[in-house]
Amino acid sequence: MSKEPAAPPSTPDAPPALELCGIDKRFGAVHANRAITFAVAAGSSHGLIGENGAGKSTLMNIVYGFHCADSGEIRVQGRTVEIGSPQQAIAAGIGMVHQHFMLVENFTVLENVVLGVEGGALLAGGLAAARAELGRLARDYGLEVPLDAVVSELSVGLQQRVEILKALYRGAEVLILDEPTAVLTPHEADQLFAMLRRLRAQGKAVILVTHKLREIMAVTDRVTVMKQGAVVAEVATRETSPRGLAEHMVGRAVLLQVEKRPAQPGAELLSVKALEVRDRLGVARLKSVSFNLRAGEIVGIAGVAGNGQSELLEALAGTRAASRGEISFGGRDLVREQLDPRARRALGLAHVPEDRLRMGVVAGFSAADNAILGYHDAARFNRGGLRDEAAIRAACAAKMAEFDVRPPQPELRLAAFSGGNQQKLVLAREIDADPQVLLIGQPTRGVDIGAIEFIHKRLIALRDAGKALLLVSVELDEILALADRILVMNGGEIIGELARADATEEKIGLMMAGVRAEVSP
Amino acid sequence: MSAPAKLPRWAEFGLLPLINLAVALVVAGVIIKILGESPLAAFKLMATGALGTQEGIGYTLYYATNFIFTGLAVAVAYHAGLFNIGAEGQAYIGGLGTGLVCLYLGTWPFWVVLPLAVLAGAIFGAAWAFIPAWLQARRGSHIVITTIMFNFIAAALMTYLLVNVLIKPGQQSPETREFSTNAVMPAAHELFDKMGITVVATPLNLAFGLALVAAVGVWIFIWRTRWGFALRVAGANSAAAVYAGISPPRIIVGAMLISGALAGGLGLNELMGSQHRILMDFPSGAGFVGIAVALMGRNQPVGIVVAAVLFGALYQGGSQLSFDMPKINRDMVVVIQGLVILLCGAMENVFRAPLTALFARVRSGKGIE
Repeated sequence: MSKEPAAPPSTPDAPPALELCGIDKRFGAVHANRAITFAVAAGSSHGLIGENGAGKSTLMNIVYGFHCADSGEIRVQGRTVEIGSPQQAIAAGIGMVHQHFMLVENFTVLENVVLGVEGGALLAGGLAAARAELGRLARDYGLEVPLDAVVSELSVGLQQRVEILKALYRGAEVLILDEPTAVLTPHEADQLFAMLRRLRAQGKAVILVTHKLREIMAVTDRVTVMKQGAVVAEVATRETSPRGLAEHMVGRAVLLQVEKRPAQPGAELLSVKALEVRDRLGVARLKSVSFNLRAGEIVGIAGVAGNGQSELLEALAGTRAASRGEISFGGRDLVREQLDPRARRALGLAHVPEDRLRMGVVAGFSAADNAILGYHDAARFNRGGLRDEAAIRAACAAKMAEFDVRPPQPELRLAAFSGGNQQKLVLAREIDADPQVLLIGQPTRGVDIGAIEFIHKRLIALRDAGKALLLVSVELDEILALADRILVMNGGEIIGELARADATEEKIGLMMAGVRAEVSP
Repeated sequence: MSAPAKLPRWAEFGLLPLINLAVALVVAGVIIKILGESPLAAFKLMATGALGTQEGIGYTLYYATNFIFTGLAVAVAYHAGLFNIGAEGQAYIGGLGTGLVCLYLGTWPFWVVLPLAVLAGAIFGAAWAFIPAWLQARRGSHIVITTIMFNFIAAALMTYLLVNVLIKPGQQSPETREFSTNAVMPAAHELFDKMGITVVATPLNLAFGLALVAAVGVWIFIWRTRWGFALRVAGANSAAAVYAGISPPRIIVGAMLISGALAGGLGLNELMGSQHRILMDFPSGAGFVGIAVALMGRNQPVGIVVAAVLFGALYQGGSQLSFDMPKINRDMVVVIQGLVILLCGAMENVFRAPLTALFARVRSGKGIE
């Protein structure tokens, strides 16, 4: 990733594009923002980084008018503004791209962009004017989007581009992006960064909210680190390093590279032969996939999201039916016997799903209830036909202690925990069941850096205890850090296999793009 | 951080329903004023009519019994993520089962008839809920639509049976003969009599006790058993249910069977307890009131019992009102009841947002650390 020359620093006496002075906000007992002071110059990009719950989202929501600060001042181009609603923020020239897009899926791009600023009762005139203006924006910033395509048919990367266009169309001079790469492939992320550099060069102020150090290093000029509601550091990106930032975020030294001994693979625990999965329309999403998992190894599945990894994981776990093929595990054929997830779990096949909130937990239930999900029929949680509430609570408290889940309150609703703590609880649930094979999808998606280190250590400990792990992740770094053997998927097939020692980012990247590996002699 | 603030429990389960009720009464008061009566006097009349006398209390609890059964039926389906609009039809068919036991086995001793009647009511009610449930689980037919339609089918079926099959020979009105005395639910005043306490005779009967037992049973089932847990998981997040090895189609069928069985309890109160025969349209809307009761009671058995008593009081107080205030006829009483259902049931969330905002402001103002 080549760095373009940074934009010329704005003249010293020009006021910052956005300036926050002493922003303070409490939610009940939680002091979410403590006297935050923060400034972004026009024509620069500024990273805002911190662990989940550090207060970055609250701060940005105050800037965008979702929340009202208890005290403090917001200045735009040196002028104090009152921002009580997103409309006022937009009027002040602040635009925001949310992590979860705010688009009407079955409208076209054009309709989405003009939504709320149609400019008159009849659409035709407004749409024509908008089309011309969007053409100009597309030229100026390299934001090409098919204007008449329906949003739901666009890739995630393009949908995000629509969000950026929406903000620019409304005259944003300050653009806030909240975790913009959480949903992007590495390639899409690179395109986004290129776009952000162009915006910066054109004099916009870009604020990037993230917890990924790589992104901060790649595109920002300055970076502000938040921890527990307060700013703990503000530095020029050039003068810092990922390690330095991580230490500021967590408040202690962090191991970015996981330490692990070479794998000592043992007996084959699970084997997959010619597995095929078709979707509801009969399209093959998984085409004749074969591989095996041995005791004491971590096999990583790399690939651009949507190339069959999710289908593979679900077919193995039993949440999706395979149409053909064989999964041998524990002396049984899981496909032919059509075993459901419960039966597979009983055989020792545990699963940490990719999308935690959609599948792995029930957000409205207590942590204790979530900690028994899938194991709720187990004798240890029931006594005489009734749930054993004391045992359920005690088991959850034990998991929370072992996996450092905070706050350690089994009664608390799961939604009240941060992403990292939710994931630690799910991991605790599946690891505590002492599985032979653990399927794990996106183990650190939406998880803060301190928790990532912890989760990686636990996964390696599980491997060293002689279990087999199948790891699906869109983070190539994670695959490279954890896996002993790497399978690359493209178009529903396993396109190549690499031992960790032979794997490089370039080789894997080529395979992810569909270039078959040469058969090694 | 940006998670919506939540109301404290006492406000969620106490204050919010009370605000809804108060607003409903204010609107009703305006209507009463327009009709030329004094709202305060009317409400006083309703309150004393429902709760001020032994007779009023008896009738209030008698109506409440029906609403507890149907409210619980709606709530169990709700926890499984299903909106059962068909409690009316399930209660109607369930009552048929109870009535048949009473008609044909009613000469057996009461303590034999009672469990059979309970069982038959439950089985018939569950059977009527099974078809929509199966259609939803296996064919994806929306349960709201099918259960509504099954209410009409139930009504047509019962009309046919009462007019052509079950009618007491030699009479005009489509009703069966009276149950034998062994198949009559002991009335509350008889039970009090045995304890040496004299109370006014009302239709209140043992079925009220059965309804309370059902409420306790539902609470235990939903919150304290693994089956209830599985049902709640399937209702809250069906993908997570599949992941956990819970089969959503099975939960749909199971929850609807329980829901229909609970609705089938209405016949115990209405037929065995009060009418002593099967007659046309005996659920008289209790299945629909059950929806409002479940909503107002937040689908919690305790809340449902409280809401059912409130609606029972509204029914009893309303009839008292139409007796004593000639300008307010029976239809106006239905309007007032409808307003309460509208504001407490259908529009129960209208005041949630402002109340939540108010609480958030009060709390942040104090800033407890």
